[in-house]
Amino acid sequence: MTHRTLHISGVTRRFGSKTAVDNVTLDIAPGQFVGIIGSSGAGKSTLLRLLNRMVEPSSGEIRFGHREVTKLKARALREWRRECAMIFQQFNLIERLDVLTNVLVGRIAAHGFASSMVMRFSDAERQMAIEALDRLGMTEHALQRAGTLSGGQQQRVAIARALVQKPQIMLADEPIASLDPGNATRVMDALRSINREDGLTVLVNLHTLDTAREYCDRIVAMRTGRIVFDGVAGQLTREVVRDIYGGAGTDEFNEAITSTRLPLPELALA
Amino acid sequence: MRQRTTLAALALFAALFVASSLMSDFFKVTQVTLPDGSRAWRWLISAGMPRLGEYIEMTLPTLRWQSFLSDLAEWFWRWDIWLRLLVETILIAFMATTLGVIGGFLLSFPASRNLAPNRWVLWISRRYLEIARTVPELVWALIFVFCFGVGPMAGVLAIGLHACGALGKLYSEVNENIDMRPLDGVKAAGGSWFDQIRYGAVPQVLPNIISYTLLRFEGNVRSSSIIGYVGAGGLGQEFRTAMSLQDYTDLSALFLILFVTVAVIDWGSEKVRHRFIEKENHR
Ligand SMILES: Nc1ncnc2c1ncn2[C@@H]1O[C@H](COP(=O)(O)OP(=O)(O)OP(=O)(O)O)[C@@H](O)[C@H]1O
Ligand SMILES: [Mg+2]
Repeated sequence: MTHRTLHISGVTRRFGSKTAVDNVTLDIAPGQFVGIIGSSGAGKSTLLRLLNRMVEPSSGEIRFGHREVTKLKARALREWRRECAMIFQQFNLIERLDVLTNVLVGRIAAHGFASSMVMRFSDAERQMAIEALDRLGMTEHALQRAGTLSGGQQQRVAIARALVQKPQIMLADEPIASLDPGNATRVMDALRSINREDGLTVLVNLHTLDTAREYCDRIVAMRTGRIVFDGVAGQLTREVVRDIYGGAGTDEFNEAITSTRLPLPELALA
Repeated sequence: MRQRTTLAALALFAALFVASSLMSDFFKVTQVTLPDGSRAWRWLISAGMPRLGEYIEMTLPTLRWQSFLSDLAEWFWRWDIWLRLLVETILIAFMATTLGVIGGFLLSFPASRNLAPNRWVLWISRRYLEIARTVPELVWALIFVFCFGVGPMAGVLAIGLHACGALGKLYSEVNENIDMRPLDGVKAAGGSWFDQIRYGAVPQVLPNIISYTLLRFEGNVRSSSIIGYVGAGGLGQEFRTAMSLQDYTDLSALFLILFVTVAVIDWGSEKVRHRFIEKENHR
């Protein structure tokens, strides 16, 4: 399975004098569920966006198996973006278009100019979109305008769009940060089922430690652009956490502060 | 600090006012002949005002109650030609609006700071739109009459080009205020630049584009009614003929035709725009 391993080697990204991602090296095995944590500005979003080349690296190299992601151009680059789908904190749907069309956008990399401009999709593609919506319990909203849905519903539409891309990797940039606890759980559960049932590699940026602990096989922590922790949930001791967040909460650092969930069961794990 | 800026602005305004009024003979005095035959100095504006009345009076037709219909027929004696030219005027406006909308719409995306694929494309499309709208329609018309000869073709191109520049600028301002997140989503799904525009930007700007377009059509009808003055088709040529032949009552007839047409089109397009906006808000 090494041909599906994601290799990040020595990747750096600077914005002016600011180094957002600083010499990061990571190997991500296929099928892993990886959580990336760290305080605001640590470089989590930048790292994810480097992976699908929404942000270009200042130096370093990213490979997927033997493919050099950092060298891809034009059509091959778009094909790579199809292969590593991304969902966002703000969902990034087209609010004025209906849910079905939003999901069909996931097929766009496979389309030529003309069929894409007139928004013509095949029956097979529609079928695929409906199946994806069905899986997320959103079929009944297929013809509704995306902007009229609640945040949790929009995020599920975004996941359906990602699914019809038939990706190998799923990148999620704080997918639950603007959701209430109930919706947050549904979205995380959807990501887990995609990971377990479809075997997709999942990389998810999280603000909430307890969520990371509950869902992730592996947790990577960033601080000022660098990787400061890489291990399993059990290794995230109180001292390590304090170090990751720069003593933000001092000794009283409480995971629940950054949590969107009811903190009771997770706290016992710490 | 703010006071000083205000003062400076006021001073600049005063200077511009004085300069332009001097240049346009606003304070000029002139000699007039009084009713008793003597000459006197008068302010140009007050001396000229009565002549406006005289001019308007000259253009008024004689309409008598007893022979109203025949008087009316005499006033609108060239009605068949005028009707044909009126239709031509509206068609020129329609074609020109269509061309302007297509051109302006397509160019508005590369001409938007947030959407242009690179700065060269941005620079070129912005300069093109600038030139297209800075040169007045009448000047474009003169140029196109020279190229393509007298006729409505020149008018369509002239008004269309100007509309393209003006609309492209307006549309690109709308584009620059859109939410970029949907475009990010399309890009992350493997969409090209065109896909991002088509799916991410167009649905957001469409309502605005439609109402600007209708407004522009109203404006283009006004322009196409005058453009014939330089031979570019439409009713304008009749103004010129009437003036040179000193058929003063024709002028008032033409004016009336245009006034009614423009009023009807304004009214209609406003109705359509409002219904459209209402529908949008209820979606
Ligand atoms: N496009 C950009 N231009 C300039 N600076 C940027 C840009 N994107 C990110 N940065 C900077 O890089 C650093 C890392 O940003 P990034 O968004 O990756 O952090 P993050 O860990 O995702 O934070 P958050 O939890 O707030 O989302 C920040 O200091 C940010 O200001
Ligand atoms: Mg972020």
